[in-house]
Amino acid sequence: MSDEVLDSAGTDDAGDELGEADCEETVHRLYNYLDGELTEERRLAIQAHLDDCGPCVDVMGFEAELRRVIADRCKDRVPEQLKERISQAIHHEQVAAGGGAPD
Amino acid sequence: MEHMPSLYSAAMRMTRNPSDAEDLVQETYLKAYRAYGGFQEGTNLKAWLYKILTNTFINSYRARKRRPEESDVEDVEDLYLYHRIGGNAPSSLGRSAEDEALDRFTDDEVKEAIESLPESFRMAVLLADVEGFSYKEIAEIMDVPIGTVMSRLHRGRRSLQKALGEYGLERGLVDVHPG
Repeated sequence: MSDEVLDSAGTDDAGDELGEADCEETVHRLYNYLDGELTEERRLAIQAHLDDCGPCVDVMGFEAELRRVIADRCKDRVPEQLKERISQAIHHEQVAAGGGAPD
Repeated sequence: MEHMPSLYSAAMRMTRNPSDAEDLVQETYLKAYRAYGGFQEGTNLKAWLYKILTNTFINSYRARKRRPEESDVEDVEDLYLYHRIGGNAPSSLGRSAEDEALDRFTDDEVKEAIESLPESFRMAVLLADVEGFSYKEIAEIMDVPIGTVMSRLHRGRRSLQKALGEYGLERGLVDVHPG
């Protein structure tokens, strides 16, 4: 592991104020973390906690996987005739507008 | 029309039926075509199309079926599903056992769970978890403050876990007793 750079912030009781989040904060901000919506400081604090805490890594992994499953299951196939219908409707608009009908 | 598949899927979740979804997507494209002069180059085309889709849905389709309301949703604790699925997996099997359990949810179960959410929660969850929009983009699409987006997402995601948990329970994927 070459990226253990947060040594001083992440150990034992040192630097808890800003250096490393605890389990409670990590769970509380879990989705903000996954959404990429934290300040760099909070993101690093949670990352530092995740480097140390197996249970929180499990939770984070589970929620990330759940989100992947949700996105993956929500795909619907566009009916062919809908594409057709929309192209035609736009074509009619173009004709009605007078100018830009394609040849 | 590269965004049509995701717009159509979102329209399906919003209207909950294929014929309304098709009409909604067609109307969205026509409005976008007519308004294209007002679209600013360099801004996010996909977010702009979603904003039109959302407004059109709210103005034309929403009145037809407005259930459930936000207030009908009971509060659900954090990590609802994790405690019922993840917490069960023997630790030697680690994530793979949990992933496997999540993977057993079918398309229909996930879609129905999303469609069971109150509309404002449903749209926030769709925009964030399915489409990957940022909070700021969602705030613009739904025309609400970012704080509102965050609270809808928070409650919406928890309600979604509850709904999925109920399907999971019926099929024995989920433990009755949180571990």
